[in-house]
Amino acid sequence: MWKWLHPYAKTEATYHLCEKLVPWFAWLAVLGLVVGNIWGLAFAPSDYQQGDSFRIIYIHVPSAMLSMGIYAGMAIAAFVGLVWQIKTAHMAVATMAPVGAVMTFIALFTGSIWGKPMWGTWWVWDARLTSELILLFLYLGVIALYHSFDDKQQASKAAGIIAVVGVVNLPIIHYSVEWWNTLHQGATITKFDKPSIAPEMLWPLLISLAGMACFTGYVVLRRLQSEIIRREIRRPWVIKLAEEVEGGKGAL
Amino acid sequence: MNKALVGIAKRDFSLAFRQSSELLQPLIFCLLVVSLFPLGVGPGPVTLQKISGGIIWVTAILSSLLGLERLFRDDFRDGWLEQVSLSDCSQSLAAVVKITVHWLTSFLPLLLLSPLLALFLNMTMSMYTALVLTLLIGTPLISLVGAIAVALTVGLNKGGVLLALLLLPIFTPLLIFATSAIEAASLNLPYVGQLAIIGALTLLALAFSPFATAFALKVSQH
Repeated sequence: MWKWLHPYAKTEATYHLCEKLVPWFAWLAVLGLVVGNIWGLAFAPSDYQQGDSFRIIYIHVPSAMLSMGIYAGMAIAAFVGLVWQIKTAHMAVATMAPVGAVMTFIALFTGSIWGKPMWGTWWVWDARLTSELILLFLYLGVIALYHSFDDKQQASKAAGIIAVVGVVNLPIIHYSVEWWNTLHQGATITKFDKPSIAPEMLWPLLISLAGMACFTGYVVLRRLQSEIIRREIRRPWVIKLAEEVEGGKGAL
Repeated sequence: MNKALVGIAKRDFSLAFRQSSELLQPLIFCLLVVSLFPLGVGPGPVTLQKISGGIIWVTAILSSLLGLERLFRDDFRDGWLEQVSLSDCSQSLAAVVKITVHWLTSFLPLLLLSPLLALFLNMTMSMYTALVLTLLIGTPLISLVGAIAVALTVGLNKGGVLLALLLLPIFTPLLIFATSAIEAASLNLPYVGQLAIIGALTLLALAFSPFATAFALKVSQH
């Protein structure tokens, strides 16, 4: 695996790998999001308890799962960068943090919209909501730290350390919040009865999850590419690339 | 080696006591914030007693953020940290010493102040015992984890708000377990479990924080 990974410590190799992967992610994202959402929003049967308002699940659940997945990915990238001193891994941390923050925000926002008709309130201090909110704060901390350094190489190292500290804390925060909530308010209607989901509802959910994941992959790769270009702007291969693009435009 | 560490400790103590206003300000802040709450939520002793644990802990965490920067800021500016990194003294051990001194000079005074805060908020004796125990076990965690964040932001000259943004989410478990221990004490329930968890968190931080702090200082000195 090390031999396989090692070439991608070079930014140029990573850039070209991204270039190859981007179209796949883009098309799979379009396919997954269109099929999953149309199936889910229009054709899946409505819930016997919640009627049609449950359909927001097709956006809410994928974004919530990805918000945590991206944090894990970011922390792994940070760890790789800190241990093996790989520059591209540091760049990946910086590119993933805002994407993850947006996913967390979408999850919170859609959750709040869903909560209003179901629980009768926009916000409850339910364990899951609270830990998602803290996750958003952790993302904001990483982003804020990254942007307060002028030297971006130093910035991404610092952001990486905070990301690793955050990921050690994340399970502790999650379980402590769960425990806190059950201690303080056991019998409120925070957890509605959720029957194991029917297959005709599950399939569109899985498809939109895959679509959202591919969309995230697409955005992260594109951002990584632009980050590489921005930081390596004086490298010969970047200059050559720019000349090629420029030359292509000239020929047109 | 040991001599160097003892020297660092002595130096930090004398620096802390010579800049005594920096030592006192967080404490005065703590006292002020706690005395604002009865004005804000009403002087009813029952209400105050119910929220006292949370108020004192939130205030302690906030006031600790004011004093945390003291940990590395001046040493970073005058090049002292650089000299340590050049010497054969291990940076993580130096960090442990500095964190210990910081805890002794900023949280021990808070513990001494705590009877007054408890009095203001109408705490019972058993609640106060729980408060002291949680502060004793929990505040080292603030110093230890705070040191990592201070080490990261020390070169930025805009630590204040950023430090809060980085640290407050990480302190949520501490706040939860500490206040629930105090609440359990108010109901005369055992709260050893909460104390044990806080202790575990502190030990975990003690194991990893010195290395993370030393590494973060290296990044900052880059």
